[in-house]
Amino acid sequence: MGEKQKKIIKTIKIDVDLCNGCRACEVICSAFHSDPKYSSNNPGRSRIRVIRDPLRDVYVPVYAGEYTPAECMGRDKYVIDGKEYDECAFCRASCPSRDLFKEPDSGLPLKCDMCEDDPPLEEPLCVKWCITDALTYEEREEEVEEELEQEDLEIGLESLANKYGLDKIMETVARMSMKE
Amino acid sequence: MRYAETGFNLEVDLTRGNIERVETDPRDAELYLGGLGTNAKILWDRVPPETEPFSPDNLLIFGTGLLCGTPAFGANRTIVTTYSPQTLLMAYSMMGGFWAPELKYAGYDKVIFRGKSPNLVYLWINNDKIEIRDASHLQGKGANETAELIRAELKEPNAQVAAIGLAGENRVYYASIEQGRSSASRLGVGAVMGDKGLKAIAVRGTKDINVARPDEFIELCNEVLKYIQVRSENPISGVPPILAGIGSPQEMAIHDEQWHTTNFAWGNARTRRKDFWTKEIEEQWKQTQEKAVERLISCYNCPMKCGATINSPSISAYMMKCYSKLTYVMGAMVDDLDFGFKIAQSATEYGVDAFSAPQTMAFALELYEAGILTDEDMPGFPSNNEERFVYLLEKIAHREGIGNILANGTYWAAHKIGKGAEEYAHNNIKKLEQLPLKLGMLNPIYFLMYSTGEKINITQIEGQFPQAPFATMEQREAFVKDWIQVPDEKFKQYFVDWEPRGEHSNPYYPTVEMSCEIVDWMERMHYIDDALGMCAGLSSFPLKPPYHMHNYPKFVSSGVGIDMDEKSLTQAARRNRTLVRAVNVRRGMRRSDEKPPKDHWKKRFPELEAELLDAYYKFRGWDNQGIPTKEYLHELDLDYVSEDFLQRGILTDNEDAPSKETSVEKEKK
Repeated sequence: MGEKQKKIIKTIKIDVDLCNGCRACEVICSAFHSDPKYSSNNPGRSRIRVIRDPLRDVYVPVYAGEYTPAECMGRDKYVIDGKEYDECAFCRASCPSRDLFKEPDSGLPLKCDMCEDDPPLEEPLCVKWCITDALTYEEREEEVEEELEQEDLEIGLESLANKYGLDKIMETVARMSMKE
Repeated sequence: MRYAETGFNLEVDLTRGNIERVETDPRDAELYLGGLGTNAKILWDRVPPETEPFSPDNLLIFGTGLLCGTPAFGANRTIVTTYSPQTLLMAYSMMGGFWAPELKYAGYDKVIFRGKSPNLVYLWINNDKIEIRDASHLQGKGANETAELIRAELKEPNAQVAAIGLAGENRVYYASIEQGRSSASRLGVGAVMGDKGLKAIAVRGTKDINVARPDEFIELCNEVLKYIQVRSENPISGVPPILAGIGSPQEMAIHDEQWHTTNFAWGNARTRRKDFWTKEIEEQWKQTQEKAVERLISCYNCPMKCGATINSPSISAYMMKCYSKLTYVMGAMVDDLDFGFKIAQSATEYGVDAFSAPQTMAFALELYEAGILTDEDMPGFPSNNEERFVYLLEKIAHREGIGNILANGTYWAAHKIGKGAEEYAHNNIKKLEQLPLKLGMLNPIYFLMYSTGEKINITQIEGQFPQAPFATMEQREAFVKDWIQVPDEKFKQYFVDWEPRGEHSNPYYPTVEMSCEIVDWMERMHYIDDALGMCAGLSSFPLKPPYHMHNYPKFVSSGVGIDMDEKSLTQAARRNRTLVRAVNVRRGMRRSDEKPPKDHWKKRFPELEAELLDAYYKFRGWDNQGIPTKEYLHELDLDYVSEDFLQRGILTDNEDAPSKETSVEKEKK
């Protein structure tokens, strides 16, 4: 089916023990993504947020991931080294359960793009502005098996299958071919 | 569009429960920048000098600095302005932390309170939605506890809360306003907040702050970041570790406290313990500190880690910074650092100033030992110093028994107690307790800063000129090599020529003229910082800081969109410095108030000191009473001040007539 492809994996390593809670990452993220660039800043728009609870010594920088239309059915609570982290503390989703990772005015979801820019930046700016090294950037090359590009027809069928179920599609195709 | 600032203040009348959003004049930023400058302007314009600190007519102003909320590192300070119950002068108190940027993002530059609420309330600012809410359930709660309860009941974990503890509610003259890791502690701003019936202000903001010339501004920020990194990796040699870096003195990270414990005075600011710091103590203190400090933490948008979360099994967690680690330990003459960490936890919850509170308690201990205070005044007074301090803190915060007198600070307490107690309140300037430093030889620069500083607090007036000369010419020459922060090259020469002994040493060198110039540089940096909301730890306080006279104008120009160069920024700083002076002059402050504690230096030089004051006043454009002259006020666009002075007879049209002599010392005895 597939063939070997080289792919660059971009990783931000988050060391919560080194976080000093200053939120510089939020400042520069929201400034970079403002339009025109750097013209304003607003941590409410940032695609990285430090989930902090200083008196309980909780500092978790979290990046905005995928948008999800619905909350999870169940939630997790982590206890690490005796410290309890709130449910959703490590979750990256822009989700109806919380106001994180949404544009404050429109409510549209936000997602980290690793500061995509032309020409490309050396590293995401949150990493650059985190001189306490709670955030560090790593790139590595991996060989992955890339799936062959799907044809338009296949993509269309797949979404129909997602919606109605494969059985239903096959039934329909069978019925249609009998009519012809 | 307004840049860096929001252009709106919130006006809150606590008597009537009225809240208004008021647009500000853009020209104010050109003249006074923001923060301290515009706070002082409001106090001048709206609160007549006859107003008592605990009057509904007194204003309590929370002002953010002009650059707060922009990406400029370390611009996070809230400047709290009112009339101080302790000094009766303008309270010049500030805090870092997270509150000021949050207020900016909510859309306001300042919150201005007037009147008094009939019941205890708190203010909840959530962008455009603002409510005065009942706080009766928070009565008597600790400052941190209050913040936690408010965040929980609002279901807003990201709200930033500034709150008072019991001491503020009880109008303890040195009550603080606490805000997690930071506090506006000095000069009783918490007492005025309590007097107004205001328990806390919670803020949440999710709006944008704009800058005028984005690319230029962000480039400047990146340069500062780079400098901070390089400077942090290259501490200054030849000074104690506590002074070698930038930020606040790194007392949460560094356990070596030899410099403070042997150079500063213990007890009621009298006893030097030159042999205190032994190997044994060092090991003990190191262990205690490592156990207590859970994490080093920062203020908003600042990489320096000047604070710490303190957590040990016996106390609930709180946050601490800097020198408060030592003030209780040294005031109580206790050798155990753990005592300091423990008592500071209660002191933070009660909300008291970590300078004035331990000093007042040490003062009470001395009075007790001298028989001026007796068991009758202090029933059940414990026998050891640790328990005595805990006893006194409780009494003061509750204003119970002797605590009701001590709650007014050493100056007012001494006058109330009488029987010679005044002699024991020896470490004050303008009625405010000072850092417990007792030194040998007069330092002319410090003499001027102590005497004339409007902050009335030396820890916040120190600057970038080293506190003492370096021993060898080699060291001095090495130091000035990369000293880019000097506003003028001549300062390098002043420092190179300054020697520990001989002709070019204190008190006659730096000369009177040089001392004025150095003080002017120090003050200028502080007045700019306090208007921009910049932490002194990145600018006016440490040696070779990232912000200085040469990059500041660019930050203001590209951030705010007001074109400023070194000259016009200097002019704005001098305007603010003179306006704060004018507020205090109108309150009755005169030359006779401008003196350091009598015993601050062993060797004093009355003639030289008079010459220094004369020269400094003249340098500043003030008369020999420290009153700004009409000509100088005109030069600074402060004609409205001279008009008021003329009307009140503080200045006369006849230049030769000496101005009327009054002194704030004479009032309210």
